[in-house]
Amino acid sequence: MLNLKNIHTHYGKIEALHGVSLNVAQGEIVSLIGANGAGKTTLLMTICGDPIASEGSIEFLGEPINEKSTSEIMRSGISIVPEGRRIFPGLTVEENLQMGGFFMSKEDYQKGTEHVFSLFPRLKERINQRGGTMSGGEQQMLAIARAMMSTPKLLLLDEPSLGLAPIIINQIFDIIAQLRDEGVTIFLVEQNANQALRLADRGYVLENGLLVMEDSGDNLLANDDVRKAYLGG
Amino acid sequence: MSKKVPFALFCAGLTVILAFPILGLNLEHKGTSLVVTGADNWTLIGVLVAALIVFVTQLLKSQIKATYQAVKPNFGGLIQRLPGEDKRKLISKLVLIALIIAALVLPFFTSRQWPDIATLVLIYVILGLGLNVVVGLAGLLDLGYVAFYAVGAYSYALLSQYFGWSFWACLPIGTLLAATFGLLLGFPVLRLRGDYLAIVTLGFGEIIRILLNNFTSITGGPNGIGNIPKPSLPFIQFEPNFEIVWLEFGRRATDGGVPFHKFFDLPYDSSLKVIVLYLIALALAVITILIIQRLIRMPVGRAWEALREDEIACRSLGLNRTAIKLSAFTIGASFAGFAGSLFAARQGFINPESFIFWESVIILAIVVLGGMGSQIGVMIAAAIVVLLQELTAEFDEYRLLAFGAIMVLMMIWKPQGLLPMKRPHIKLKQE
Repeated sequence: MLNLKNIHTHYGKIEALHGVSLNVAQGEIVSLIGANGAGKTTLLMTICGDPIASEGSIEFLGEPINEKSTSEIMRSGISIVPEGRRIFPGLTVEENLQMGGFFMSKEDYQKGTEHVFSLFPRLKERINQRGGTMSGGEQQMLAIARAMMSTPKLLLLDEPSLGLAPIIINQIFDIIAQLRDEGVTIFLVEQNANQALRLADRGYVLENGLLVMEDSGDNLLANDDVRKAYLGG
Repeated sequence: MSKKVPFALFCAGLTVILAFPILGLNLEHKGTSLVVTGADNWTLIGVLVAALIVFVTQLLKSQIKATYQAVKPNFGGLIQRLPGEDKRKLISKLVLIALIIAALVLPFFTSRQWPDIATLVLIYVILGLGLNVVVGLAGLLDLGYVAFYAVGAYSYALLSQYFGWSFWACLPIGTLLAATFGLLLGFPVLRLRGDYLAIVTLGFGEIIRILLNNFTSITGGPNGIGNIPKPSLPFIQFEPNFEIVWLEFGRRATDGGVPFHKFFDLPYDSSLKVIVLYLIALALAVITILIIQRLIRMPVGRAWEALREDEIACRSLGLNRTAIKLSAFTIGASFAGFAGSLFAARQGFINPESFIFWESVIILAIVVLGGMGSQIGVMIAAAIVVLLQELTAEFDEYRLLAFGAIMVLMMIWKPQGLLPMKRPHIKLKQE
């Protein structure tokens, strides 16, 4: 579904990714783990076309997308939940969702809201509340709901567990599993390696701009190097 | 108490010291002694009284506050006593109707000075609402907004002077021209943000003004353009034959129409043309309000706000940030052109002096005072700012002082503006 081949990304003269190749197949959850500064977020942003990869190719559903602009990529069936949630704090929950379904017809929008409200009943209760006044967990739910409004085929998640309490993290990961069961392909970038790998069908480990490991989630969890580096021994 | 005495003395002393530069007092040597010049005795007494007031207020500050708290009107109780929602809706409707009737009828019963000032207020209402789209909603700080205002005014003035076109033909042209300028300026500058955008737009405003000043062969340079006709109104005549007559409201027809008083065989009334212009301004302002209200409720309005809130999130949702910014910039500019044409018609004479940087500041102040993004707030602020300017015309040198004082007070008590923008459709359920 998503195919990256030999991706190099530069920030000015500094090369952040030194040739990353990975693929995500239809219907799986793929996790990408790595330390701070390994290039995880850069990789996600490169898929979205900001920054644009200086070398290599990105294919989505068989079509090259690395030449497209960010707004075109985001309308072609990919959604991203950006790092740090980035909801619109001054707009209400409903308006946030409307922004997520900006390019949809009225009927599709209706269907979209019903769908996300069934995933997150909490948001329905808060429909007229400003996004910025909600708790971190609710904001994360809103961010995922907003990304789901456009009924993406591929959902990119950038650290959905950032700054949340363990019980909320569990809820969020349950929702991610539920989305996969509905047929959404998920590419998950996480620091919380333990939970990310347990959920994932496959996992990649990124180190200093290079993929150093690729295996099934369970195998990576059992791997000694991974345990040492990311799971605390 | 004892600690407060030195502080109060310090404040009083500060008052006296500040009075010197503000009131233009001078200390001069006369022989061996210093003498205060530039003021009569009453001014000095005034300064001393002011210092005394400051001293006493500072000394008794806590007592004054306590008294105020005790007699402060109880707003909480007031809200509880407010009528129910249906009744409130009815009342607000009645108030709105009363306001509209008052706006339509009142000018006929006042001196001609008032409709004239009200026209100016309405022009600033249009300007404020237009800039509100750019600054308040889309969050793009535009310090050169007056350039688009100038484009609208000059397009009417020039088209009527060179081609004899009427106000109603020039109004849409001026609007479109200003929009085009907005679009042209928008393309290069919109990748800038915040301070940088402000500086570039400021420069653009100055470029337009200097261009108008130096393009003497066409714009008349600093001499400006005079004899700009006032708008005429169409009147459909059935007898003796069916035709549309353009009525003018001056003593003599200047725009190819028929003077109103001759047509209806009435005595000439010089205040009529002011009132008619006011009514036209009212209609145009109402149109502006309705259009912008519509835009805010439309997806594009939400997109402007979303862009102000978080640009990266907007992009992550597939929105084209350039298109959104350009639309805000263009629409804001077009309303400035709209107001500009009206301004040229009201003044009858324009020159680049009307479009200096200070005008941009005033319009921005209206938006900030009113509360960013708030429509009603901007309208009230426009009225306050224009009235303040017009009514204090005699105290010209103190105008900036009053302006600064109001701004500072606002920032202390109402940093969100007079009527901060409210999110619509929030309803509290009663349990």
